[in-house]
Amino acid sequence: MPSVSMVVNGRQVSGEVEGRTLLVEFLREQLRMTGTHVGCDTSQCGACVVHVNGESVKSCSIFAMAASGAEVATIEGVANADGTLSVLQQAFQDHHGLQCGFCTPGMVMSAADLLKINPNPSETEVREWLEGNICRCTGYHNIVKAILSAAATLRGEAVAAE
Amino acid sequence: MYDFQYVKPANLYDAVAAMGSEDAQALSGGQTLTPTMKQRLAQPGTLVDLTGVPELKGIEVGPDSVTIKAATRHVEVERSAELRAAIPALVELASRIGDPQVRNRGTIGGSVANNDPSACYPAAVMALDGVVVTNNREISASDFFQGVYATALEENEIVTAVRFRRPDSASYQKFVQPASRFALTGVFLAKFGPEARVAVTGASENGVFRHAGLEQALSASFTAAAADPVAVSADGMIQDLHGTPAYRAHLIKVMTKRAVQACGG
Ligand SMILES: Cc1cc2nc3c(=O)[nH]c(=O)nc-3n(C[C@H](O)[C@H](O)[C@H](O)COP(=O)(O)OP(=O)(O)OC[C@H]3O[C@@H](n4cnc5c(N)ncnc54)[C@H](O)[C@@H]3O)c2cc1C
Ligand code: FES
Ligand code: FES
Repeated sequence: MPSVSMVVNGRQVSGEVEGRTLLVEFLREQLRMTGTHVGCDTSQCGACVVHVNGESVKSCSIFAMAASGAEVATIEGVANADGTLSVLQQAFQDHHGLQCGFCTPGMVMSAADLLKINPNPSETEVREWLEGNICRCTGYHNIVKAILSAAATLRGEAVAAE
Repeated sequence: MYDFQYVKPANLYDAVAAMGSEDAQALSGGQTLTPTMKQRLAQPGTLVDLTGVPELKGIEVGPDSVTIKAATRHVEVERSAELRAAIPALVELASRIGDPQVRNRGTIGGSVANNDPSACYPAAVMALDGVVVTNNREISASDFFQGVYATALEENEIVTAVRFRRPDSASYQKFVQPASRFALTGVFLAKFGPEARVAVTGASENGVFRHAGLEQALSASFTAAAADPVAVSADGMIQDLHGTPAYRAHLIKVMTKRAVQACGG
């Protein structure tokens, strides 16, 4: 079997994979990093979103081999070094941006990519950006609020939690 | 999904050679091919990942034409300032494909090679008098697209670029099918001098096509009202749970009129 190596959340990792092994399978089944979820497996839901070389992508539609040599970031690497929640994660908690939590890793990784590209998004821009992230619980309103609030905090503005 | 051998050539020469092996298939962004392979609707023996080939990347804006190399991702088209200045309708089109994660991977070469009957780029290639460039020839849009998921590509042939003619003005109007995010019906209108070209995606059972009646009317008078008397037949339009043939035929005219207005007509 071919071997593949990449950097995941700053750590060099490698493993034996088949050609058909998806990046999400490599993360979940070989590295045992199960924070990245598989919702649909058909590229629709965004539960599997991770960053590859700094860009958000659906890890259910990339082969592990295609991420060879890449820098991959997953939800496991998002919290602060001391284990406290990052600003974005904390905002999801403060604004009730999750219920069952299944979509949340993908939502957070997708939103983190948006805030990197656009630190001051409008509500419409947030909603459009989340086109590929499906949530069956929240109705999206609180997710959008959480992301707008995190954006404001990250810009250094004072925000009141709800 | 059946297993396969994954190869990632570093130049076009090696990519063409790899495509010569038995049951080889090109992999670009994988946004269509990966789900297709999961459903076992494709089972290549070798998958040739084209995304590491430098000759297949980039955008070139010339005085009369624009060339987008095949492995250029939708996000790169969406963010190209040079292209926005040359053909803003193309940038708009790319920015509304799927979602950000699909645009971070999906490519123009994959889109035209796949020729999904509801995809956006084929309409642009038809309306902008485009040419599909491969590793051994150039194919005009009307010869390239040959019906639903069918193209003029030979087995093992690689799309290397798509070249568009620069119009005086152009607009892409997409009526989104909200579940798939593809076009329920989309119209790409381009104006070259007095000539109007109207390409329609998402509507016909035969895939992307140009509407002769609308083109004639708009070439004679470039106004939304000029489209009104044109008969748009529902014959051969797609019937599915999202819309009837008559609904799609109606949308063709509505989207065309919006495109004319967006072009200032
Ligand atoms: C959720 C979702 C929403 C989408 N929404 C839209 C939309 O709104 N509009 C739209 O137009 N598309 C949409 N798409 C499709 C998207 O644009 C795909 O990226 C595109 O159809 C295929 O491009 P790809 O680079 O991913 O190709 P791949 O999936 O890698 O390949 C597709 C096919 O083309 C072949 N191929 C790829 N590159 C070449 C080449 N250079 N030469 C020869 N053959 C090649 C492959 O062998 C395969 O058969 C959507 C996809 C998803 C998953
Ligand atoms: S599991 Fe990848 S998009 Fe749904
Ligand atoms: S919180 Fe349950 S799917 Fe989003």
